[in-house]
Amino acid sequence: MSVDKLHSGIVAPQGVWWKPAAQQERVWVTVAFVWCMILFASMPFWHFKGGQNPSGIRAKVAAADFQARTDRFVKEYQVGTDQGIPVVQAPAGSDLYLIGRMWSWYPVLKLKKGTEYTLHFTSMDVNHGLSLFPINLNFQVVPGYDYALRVVPNQSGEFKIICNEFCGIGHHTMVGKIIVED
Amino acid sequence: MTTAAAVKPVDALKAIFRKCPVTGLKVDRTAENLIKFNAVVAVVCLLVGVLAAIGLVLTRWQAVHLLPAHLYYRFLTAHGLNMLIFFILFFEMAILYFAGPVLLNSRLPLPKMGWVAFVLMVVGMLMVNVMVFAGKADVLFTSYPPLRADPIYYLGVILFAVGAILVTTHFFMALVVAKREKTYTGSMPLVTFGGLTAAIIAAISLIHGAATYIPTFLWSLGLIEIDPQVYRLLFWALGHSTQQINVSAMVAIWYFLGAVTVGGVVLNEKISRLAFVLYILFISMASAHHLLVDPGFGPAWKVWNTSYAMYLAVLASMIHGFTVPAGIEMGQRLRGFTKGRFEWLRKAPWGDPGFSGLVLSLVIFGFLGGITGVTIGTEQINIIAHNTLRIPGHFHTTVVGGTALSFMAVTYYVLPLIFRKRVSFWKLAQIQPYLFGVGIVVMSMSMIFMGIFGMPRRHWDSSFAGAPFPVEFHPVVQVFQATFGIGGLLAATAVLIFVLIAVTSVFFGKRLEEADLKNPNLMGVPQGVLKLPPQAHEGAHVAAVHVAGARGTVILVGIFLACFALYFFTNWKILSFLWKVG
Repeated sequence: MSVDKLHSGIVAPQGVWWKPAAQQERVWVTVAFVWCMILFASMPFWHFKGGQNPSGIRAKVAAADFQARTDRFVKEYQVGTDQGIPVVQAPAGSDLYLIGRMWSWYPVLKLKKGTEYTLHFTSMDVNHGLSLFPINLNFQVVPGYDYALRVVPNQSGEFKIICNEFCGIGHHTMVGKIIVED
Repeated sequence: MTTAAAVKPVDALKAIFRKCPVTGLKVDRTAENLIKFNAVVAVVCLLVGVLAAIGLVLTRWQAVHLLPAHLYYRFLTAHGLNMLIFFILFFEMAILYFAGPVLLNSRLPLPKMGWVAFVLMVVGMLMVNVMVFAGKADVLFTSYPPLRADPIYYLGVILFAVGAILVTTHFFMALVVAKREKTYTGSMPLVTFGGLTAAIIAAISLIHGAATYIPTFLWSLGLIEIDPQVYRLLFWALGHSTQQINVSAMVAIWYFLGAVTVGGVVLNEKISRLAFVLYILFISMASAHHLLVDPGFGPAWKVWNTSYAMYLAVLASMIHGFTVPAGIEMGQRLRGFTKGRFEWLRKAPWGDPGFSGLVLSLVIFGFLGGITGVTIGTEQINIIAHNTLRIPGHFHTTVVGGTALSFMAVTYYVLPLIFRKRVSFWKLAQIQPYLFGVGIVVMSMSMIFMGIFGMPRRHWDSSFAGAPFPVEFHPVVQVFQATFGIGGLLAATAVLIFVLIAVTSVFFGKRLEEADLKNPNLMGVPQGVLKLPPQAHEGAHVAAVHVAGARGTVILVGIFLACFALYFFTNWKILSFLWKVG
């Protein structure tokens, strides 16, 4: 397939321009299409085979209800305080509750390595961002929504929760803590 | 079309045109004036945006940490709005006036509406800027409720958007008028088709804009309630779609600059146009890119939408990523640069800022912007990227290194062709795209690396002073902060040079007379204007070149695909090491 006429992109094409492409172009379009299908397939694949997915359990929630659940959770499992914030250690498999508000995370959580928990979080005011430092897991914290993720810590140590969605002038001071023990 | 044939432009209309001595096109004077006014306002917004950017760079570079927190967030708001909305959209309005009436040899249907739209946009822009700098809208570009700005802020955005939708409508009308008055024969040129794509996506985006900002305006007055998650969905249906206006406009400029700088050809009209259509069909689904780790949406919705229905819009960009350089290669081969695989590239006019800007824009957009964008827009990989500095690192290589750089490059052709002025400070103009390209690449890559270490975006203080628990980044982050600062300042300097050149040329530049064009060594006029490369080819030699194909470009796209695969799978690997979460 060859042509003896070519023009630039500022020339109005005359007559029928719906013609088959040359071989090189056809090959590239095919290669690109196959690559796009690989890109697409990677996501469902990871849902079945991978360990990190943002699906979770999602529900709408009233701020007051979530606050009440969190208060019960803290009352039941509090083991200490850190910087005036309760430190809470719940049994394996528990539901954990975490509140983001301008400009703090409540409470501090104490987890066991290799154990699964269901971590619920929401915001009491504006949007916040839950960024687990330094491992860099990031989720959006939206007011009115209970986002619950099943998490299994695979390393022990002290992790920080950085807020990474702009939430006002004190945004940079909004740091929380998660402690993982062996 | 028999009735259409009866409609003929009346003789009186001839007075509204001038004839372009370079391209031979008829230019409607109102369209030309609107191009000038929109371009000038665009450059003013660019200047405001870049001054804010300097403050931001010098603040996030923790060793300098210039601005106090409230000014940092205020400048960040102003930077986002002036760059991403005002500069870009005013420039795109100019592009629509060019791609429609000018390229089609036609008249502007409603000159007065053109001015009304322009005034609306300027008033809206001023209202927004006054509110932002008065400290009444410290809500950043995204203004996520319940963060609340002054109602006048939202009203300003709405007025601006109404103006933009009028211009878009005007462009559609101009296409109809040109067709009915038979100002051109055949189909509209590919560049106009790209402009049409941008305009259609603009119309789609602006509908989402109305759905976002009108309720938010009413909410800011206390009249209704809005859901923060629904806002995020609608806002990004506007916010991400507008980025695809930029992509379409940029690709149209690539084809335009390819044509006028080196006589780049269209390999196949069908393929290039289908690729534009894919943008229209799938692009507004990209709102999902911003919602991948949000609580409001399920996995099936996220996977389907984030991939633009199985990556068909990515396919479109990959097609243009081949056809633009291959068209340039073919054009160069037709002009006699046929040796080996890369003579066409070695002997290209690298001293022409229109050409160097085009190539840098293409490379930065494709290799950095495209690859990082698709990767971090993958549902699960977004977990390690969302709201970190990787995000602005990515979009500073698409919308800045790609779109803004292509707009700068085309300006070096707009100055002589539309403003009929020689480009001032020509030697500076020749190096400006390189300075800007290098600066943006260094800055953006530094941001991406910092983001990989968990550095948040939109964050005043990476020392976290005053926080209850200390956060200490890996020491190498300090190095990246320094390279970020240096790259950012370099890019900002290049923007200031650009503004200086544009303003000086427009207001104080030497007028370009028709006789000047005969002097091949004239300073301040790009080579493509002095001697327009052939725009159409016919004959046996064309068939020979066509059969030989774009042998150089094939190597380049192969390298591209290899980089893409490497980056994509590396990110999956990094993700797999982390806590199990789901």
